[in-house]
Amino acid sequence: MARMTMIQALRSAMDVMLERDPNVVIFGEDVGYFGGVFRCTEGLQAKYGASRVFDAPISEGGLVGVAVGMGAYGLRPIVEVQFADYFYPASDQIVSEAARLRYRSAGDFTAPVTIRMPCGGGIYGGQTHSQSPEALFTHVCGIRTVMPSTPYDAKGLLIAAVECDDPVIFLEPKRLYNGPFDGHADRPVVPWSKHPASEVPEGHYTVPLESAAVLRAGRDVTVLAYGTMVFVAEAAVLECGVDAEIVDLRSLWPLDLAAIVESVKKTRRCVVVHEATRTSGFGAELVALVQEHCFYHLEAPIERVTGWDTPYPHALEWAYFPGPQRVAAALRRVMED
Amino acid sequence: MSNSPREPLRLHVPEPSGRPGQHTDFSYLHLFPAGAARRPPIDVAPADTADLSYALVRVLDDEGRAVGPWAPSADTALLRRGLAAMLRTRAFDAKMLTAQRQKKISFYMQCLGEEAIATAHALALEPGDMCFPTYRQQGLLLARDDIRKAELMCQLMSNERDPMKGRQLPVMYSYKRAGFFTISGNLATQFIQAVGWAMASAIKGDTKIASGWIGDGATAEADFHTALTFAHVYRAPVILNVVNNQWAISTFQAIAGGEATTFAARGVGCGIASLRVDGNDFLAVLAASRWAAERARSNLGPTLIEWVTYRAGAHSTSDDPSRYRPADDWEHFPLGDPIERLKRHLIALGAWSDDEHERTRKALEAEVAAAQKEAEAHGTLLDGHIPPLESMFDDVYAAMPSHLRDQLRQAREAEAARRAGKEG
Repeated sequence: MARMTMIQALRSAMDVMLERDPNVVIFGEDVGYFGGVFRCTEGLQAKYGASRVFDAPISEGGLVGVAVGMGAYGLRPIVEVQFADYFYPASDQIVSEAARLRYRSAGDFTAPVTIRMPCGGGIYGGQTHSQSPEALFTHVCGIRTVMPSTPYDAKGLLIAAVECDDPVIFLEPKRLYNGPFDGHADRPVVPWSKHPASEVPEGHYTVPLESAAVLRAGRDVTVLAYGTMVFVAEAAVLECGVDAEIVDLRSLWPLDLAAIVESVKKTRRCVVVHEATRTSGFGAELVALVQEHCFYHLEAPIERVTGWDTPYPHALEWAYFPGPQRVAAALRRVMED
Repeated sequence: MSNSPREPLRLHVPEPSGRPGQHTDFSYLHLFPAGAARRPPIDVAPADTADLSYALVRVLDDEGRAVGPWAPSADTALLRRGLAAMLRTRAFDAKMLTAQRQKKISFYMQCLGEEAIATAHALALEPGDMCFPTYRQQGLLLARDDIRKAELMCQLMSNERDPMKGRQLPVMYSYKRAGFFTISGNLATQFIQAVGWAMASAIKGDTKIASGWIGDGATAEADFHTALTFAHVYRAPVILNVVNNQWAISTFQAIAGGEATTFAARGVGCGIASLRVDGNDFLAVLAASRWAAERARSNLGPTLIEWVTYRAGAHSTSDDPSRYRPADDWEHFPLGDPIERLKRHLIALGAWSDDEHERTRKALEAEVAAAQKEAEAHGTLLDGHIPPLESMFDDVYAAMPSHLRDQLRQAREAEAARRAGKEG
């Protein structure tokens, strides 16, 4: 065991996979010599050589297209898109190609590609360094969408993603890279070393895909969250005194439906929390699933606490970010019904 | 600053010289006589191919003689095989066009007039190489002996034996074992994937090469540019084929950016050795493809080849070209018909005859007809012998997730109710 930040845990996952599987290659903008703008690939090129870990032209469509071709050959590429906000030029390769390759060729060709993307706000990133585009991926059949919230999960989920034969969109909340964040921007940030989930095995292990984790057990209401929002929800629960159960989805789609249904049937109330904008966000799918599977157990309407339906602002960061006060207010509202 | 009045600016929208009822002025093609283009060594510097990217590599002259430095060393047996592959491709296309008109298949796309490019290119590649074709390179498959025509037709018919399990539109074949990558409806996506496959081969220290394909119209897609950039940056062992058949559905190649330039020149601009080749000259296609393959296999990097040809048929069975171009355009296309040109060459060599040509053509037509009969025995769109319901949910993921298992159950119930309703 070692203490790792999320950055170190992600790097460790890639180190482990480069070592174990000669077909694993890593490339993206600035990931080679420089080690990535977030240091996630630091030292890997020096250790494994430039034919395994290398810099790429600034072309997201090119990065993913090349990865699909490598996957068809038999490699297992890990591609980094520098910010989730910049995946859009690769949309065609992700949606039309990576996601459909196995299906349209009846298994003749596959795309075992992992696409890492730092996502999320709370860092004064403004419009194009803060987005949470997960709903644009969860809607695409044939890909998996994953988002860790701790160093332990980050490493285990990334190894599982790389070993998975399906294409995986691996979203990394950059707000959590150096330490957990509960939405209180006015308080000093605590580093990961003070958090138990920074205990990370140095070797190989996996956190299975399609498995949620109960971050906090509770009786009164289920909070469905992922990424930064699990810590925000935790803070909100402590502050409002509602005995909420917090479920960290970890795999967004396909997801762990059984864990969600089990929790909501127990608590009979549900609040969905995400940073992404509200309308047609992933929360809408979660609300629909809970409604379909837990209707007769529900004692209150399902609430959603999300980013507003606006582009991510700069100056109004904390009015936009769904912080603990907004989550706590929703928890109190569902308990009043 | 001048205060003098200026002419108002005008938007330039390119137009083909020939519309229905007119004649196309093919002088825009910038043709050169056979044998005129030089043949550089395979280790030529990309910048030193600038002249060739505006020239035209041709071997067969108007008398059917093979002339100049690009005349390939090819024995007549190979050329006879090539001619048969072109005839087979044309016979297959003609038969499937009819099958579409008879509603036995829903859709088809011919490669009429472009047969030389894919068939000769296929002969220049080696087992294990991978092509990333568009929907108009069926010649890559029909040049091979190990892909049965009935199997291709089962895909076209989406029947019980369809290797793609009825998931794909007709002509969107996938044959990994034949080095033929799964065809996508989304244009240009395969061009950059070919580069990635070639990079993978280089990463693993393999000796296989990739061959990417794209049409003139699709060069305007972003993936064309990403492919050139990545191929150049990583010196990927890939042949980047641009099939310039002058038309993208109804759109003349000038609208794709071909006016007063060539598609081959794009390659030179990106630091890639580039050739512009007569696409209807089987010998030139064979020679240029071999040159590019040798270059790639020798770690000398990518080659871009613009194949100058003409889309003689309709874009697809859903298209009527008489609405946007002259009906007799192909007759006037200066590079002619690839089959007629190779036939003339072989006859001049004494290795072919009109009689043998007719016998071969008829034998191939009979072969295609027999394959169709065999394929139809496994069902067609007309008779509803299609793949089972499960095939709709399989292969979305490596293993079927629970939500798809649930939906398969629902689909089975809905299908049973639909059938009961039909019968009742």
